[in-house]
Amino acid sequence: MSLATDTLKVDRPPPPARGWSRQRILGHVLVGLWIALGIGMVVYLVAAWNPEFFQKYAPGYISGLGITLLLVAISIVLGAILSVPIAYARMSKNPILSGFAYAYVYFFRGTPLLAQTFLVYYGVGSFRPELEMVGLWGFFREAFNCAIFAFSLNTAAYQAEILRGAIESVPRGQWEGAASLGLHKLQTMWKIILPQALIVALRPYGNEIILMIKGSAIVAIITVYDLMGITRLTYARTFDFQSYIWAAIIYLIIVETLRHGVEWIERRITIHLHR
Amino acid sequence: MQSALTLLSWGPEGWLDDIAAGVFVTVCLALATLPFGLTLGFFVALAKQSEEPSLRLAGNIYTTIFRGIPELLTLFLIFFGIPLILQYIVRLVSPGTSADVNSFVAGMIALCFIFSSYSSEVFLSAFRAIPKGQYEGGYSVGLSSGQTMRLIVLPQLIRIALPGLANLWLILLKDTALVSAVGLNEILRQSGVAARVTKHAFLFYGFAGLIYLLLAIVSSFGINAIERAVGGSEVKR
Repeated sequence: MSLATDTLKVDRPPPPARGWSRQRILGHVLVGLWIALGIGMVVYLVAAWNPEFFQKYAPGYISGLGITLLLVAISIVLGAILSVPIAYARMSKNPILSGFAYAYVYFFRGTPLLAQTFLVYYGVGSFRPELEMVGLWGFFREAFNCAIFAFSLNTAAYQAEILRGAIESVPRGQWEGAASLGLHKLQTMWKIILPQALIVALRPYGNEIILMIKGSAIVAIITVYDLMGITRLTYARTFDFQSYIWAAIIYLIIVETLRHGVEWIERRITIHLHR
Repeated sequence: MQSALTLLSWGPEGWLDDIAAGVFVTVCLALATLPFGLTLGFFVALAKQSEEPSLRLAGNIYTTIFRGIPELLTLFLIFFGIPLILQYIVRLVSPGTSADVNSFVAGMIALCFIFSSYSSEVFLSAFRAIPKGQYEGGYSVGLSSGQTMRLIVLPQLIRIALPGLANLWLILLKDTALVSAVGLNEILRQSGVAARVTKHAFLFYGFAGLIYLLLAIVSSFGINAIERAVGGSEVKR
C-alpha cells in the first residue's frame, strides 16, 4: 500500500524547457517578415496619403464594389436556378440527358472563365442579325449583361456538381426509408434528402461564392467598371500604385468576412451532429 | 468571307500556326510554374502543420492573402509592383536606369503564389491523413527527422495528395488565361488577335475554349498514368 502511494508521489520530470529551436527561430523570422511587410505597406499608404486622391476616387471604389456584389449576387442566384435541371439531368438514368449535362459541365469547368466571357462578349457579335430578330441584341450589347450571362452559365455548371455531390452523399437508406413510409419522390427530396444534402453543400457553396467574387474581377477586361475595373481606371489616370493596394485590401476583407460567415453558419447548423 | 476551315488552317492564310504558338506559351508557363508552386506549397504546408505556433501563423497568413485576393489582381500587383520595387533598388545603385518585368515572369510569379497557397492546403490535409505512428516508426528505427520525411512520409504524402494536386493543375492551366491581360501571347490573346483581324470572334474564342478542353483531357490522361505509376488508389485511408 505504502509502496503504491510512494510511487505516486514521485515527481514527474519537468517539461522540457522551450529553447530556441531552429523551427522557432524560423517561425519568428517569418512572422517578423510579415509584420515588416505589413508595416511597410501602412507606411507606404500613409506616405502616399493624398486627400485629393480620396475625394476623387473613393466614391468610384464604392460604386465599383456595389457592381461587383450585384454581379456576383445575380449570377449566383441565376446559376442556382439553372443548376437544378442540370443536376437532375446529370443524375438521370437517360444516357442522352446525362450525357448532355456532362458535356455542359465539362465544358464550363474545363475552360477558363475569361475565355467564356470573351466568347459571349465578343462572340455574340457574330450572331447580331439573329439576335436583332429575336430582340435580344439590346441585352447583349451591354458588357454587364454579357458578364452576367457568362457567369451564370459558368457557376450553374459548378453549382450543379455541388448539388449532385451533396444529394448523392445522402445514403440510399434515406430514400428507402421514406419510400417505406409512403412518401412520394418529391416529398422525400424536399423533406428528407435536401435538408441533409444542404449541410454537406454549405461549404462548397460558400467556396463557390468566394470563387465567383474573385473571378468577377475579370469583367474589368471587358470594360465593366466593377471594383477591379475602377481600380484599373484609377491606376491608368494617376499611375498611383496605392489604387491596387486598396483594391486588394477590399477584396481580402470581403473574402475573409464571407469565409468566416460560412464557417459560423456551418457551426450553427451542425450543432445537432456534434456529440 | 472565308470559310472556317481556311481560317483555322496552318500557314499565312489561316491562324492555326499563331494559335499553336500560343498553346506552346501556355503550356510552358504552366509547366514552368508547377515545380516552384509545388515546392513552395509543400514548405508552406510543412510550416502550417508544425508544432511551432509562429510558423503556423506565418503559413496561415500566406494562404489567407493569396487565396483572398483575386488572381487577376495578384497578377497586376506583381506586374506593376515588382518594377516599382526593382526600380527603387536599382536607383539606389545607379540612378537613371529603369527596370521592367517581363509578362511571362510576372505571370509565373503570380501563378506560383496562387498555386502554392492552394497546394499547401492539399498537402496539409495529406499530412493530416498520415498517422503519427509513421513518424514514431521512423524514429524508432533510428532515422533522422529529415530521413523520416524523405523516405517514409513523402512517398505516402504524394500518393494521398495526388488527386487534389491534379485538380490544382487543371485550375493552373485555366488561370494562365489571365496572363493574357498583361500582354503575354498565349492561347486566348492569340485567338483574340485572330478574332479582331478576321471578325470571326465566336469561331476563334470557341476554338480557344476547345483547346483548353483538349489540354485538360490530355492532362487527365497524364494524371491517370502518374496515378497508376505511384499506385494511387492502393492505399485508401
